[in-house]
Amino acid sequence: MSDQALAINVVVNGAEYATDVEPRLLLTDFLRHKLRLTGTHVGCEHGVCGACTVLIDGEPQRACLVFAAQADGCEIATVEGLAAPDEPLHPVQQAFHETHGMQCGFCTSGFLMTVTALLRDTPHPSDEQVIDALGGNICRCTGYKNIVAAVRRAEELLAGGEAVPAPDAPPTPTTPSPVATEPTPTTPAPVAAEAGHG
Amino acid sequence: MKPAAFEYHAPREFDDVLELLADDSVDARVIAGGQSLVPMMSFRLAAPERLVDLRRVEALRELRVEADGTLVVGASVTQARLLRTVERSHPLLAEGISHIGHPQIRSRGTVCGSLAHHDPTAELPALALALDARFSVVSAEGGERELDADEFFVSYYEVALEPGEMLASVTFPAWSGERGWSFRELARRRGDFALVGAVATVERSASGTPSDPRLVLFGVGERPVRMHEVEAVLDGAPLDAEGIEATRALIADAITPVDDVHASAEYRREAAVELAVDALAEAWGRSRDV
Repeated sequence: MSDQALAINVVVNGAEYATDVEPRLLLTDFLRHKLRLTGTHVGCEHGVCGACTVLIDGEPQRACLVFAAQADGCEIATVEGLAAPDEPLHPVQQAFHETHGMQCGFCTSGFLMTVTALLRDTPHPSDEQVIDALGGNICRCTGYKNIVAAVRRAEELLAGGEAVPAPDAPPTPTTPSPVATEPTPTTPAPVAAEAGHG
Repeated sequence: MKPAAFEYHAPREFDDVLELLADDSVDARVIAGGQSLVPMMSFRLAAPERLVDLRRVEALRELRVEADGTLVVGASVTQARLLRTVERSHPLLAEGISHIGHPQIRSRGTVCGSLAHHDPTAELPALALALDARFSVVSAEGGERELDADEFFVSYYEVALEPGEMLASVTFPAWSGERGWSFRELARRRGDFALVGAVATVERSASGTPSDPRLVLFGVGERPVRMHEVEAVLDGAPLDAEGIEATRALIADAITPVDDVHASAEYRREAAVELAVDALAEAWGRSRDV
């Protein structure tokens, strides 16, 4: 029974693939080993850590809890599909970059996919909604503070770069401060410490 | 670890699913969302010889809200889909489902899959018991039989499905907006399985006393338990703070939690009592005069 070859058709990041898979091949291994898309990381391989989160027909799901055969006929989006190498970063990637929403980076591709789907469905999520979505991805380095900041920054970038006031932030003064002579830039200055982390 | 080898089928017809399950020389399992089964297979806690995927069977994707509000949930309906459907119409079911795992799990995990898997600390079995859900169990040979939650849940990870049978749908009776409700659970981290949890519902009679109170606890034994003795004491009695406090000893005596790596039996008992009295008070506060 182990040599059963199942013909599957999947669309991954817009490209069609028709191939044979063994039934027990997990979608994570299909993406990484067959398609060489190694941006989807394998952490726990039993559905706890969220590092392998991809979008299956638009829904964020754990690729380690899906057999490749079950994805037959599905559209899959992985981190590689967010932005091509020669393109600017996707707004969610840009936000993680700006706010330093990572340390070792192992979990990051999973977070990027989760946050991409969250902000697509809920452009201005409540703190509760952000925490609910991020709770499905484990980060052992950051303590989540900068990841939450990245979600808020991505929310701004996706809304056209305008700052979105935090729900509990004091209201922005309506009269301009007398010392501010220059308009506030709508795009942030490059992060100075860009090259500081390998 | 990787799952052991198995043969895989994804038929289009429900009858073909049942045929593939009927062969008792093969250890066959149904897979829908796979959010419990796949990790068990990766740990080799389960090594079925055959998986029958429900994804192509149109009839099992049905999520029907009948004219009277009865909900019929087919075997392939995901938790996220039911949550979206009942967000306004069934606040207790919605609240309970929102505690299952994470959005990434609920978008694939199914309602019937969670029920058939029967982790005794899971939310849906307790909700099904509290809400008088009916289970439609089907096989090629035996046709259809209908069970209630008390008959369906047997013990840890064990339900009343016989070889060749599968859970085809679950039916939740219509929810009455006048009924008060509460869903409480204690988990160490968001999205974890609960250590213990409580579901309470109650109606307020014309005379202002509780009517048909329900209390279900989960994570306190081999299956979710309805606290019939507590319900009997509460029914018709004034449900003030004193009345609720008086149930503490009854609840503590009625449950038999066990020690495990996550919590001691004593801790579970204490937590269950606290959640239960809080849930009863909250449900009563939410009930409205009929």
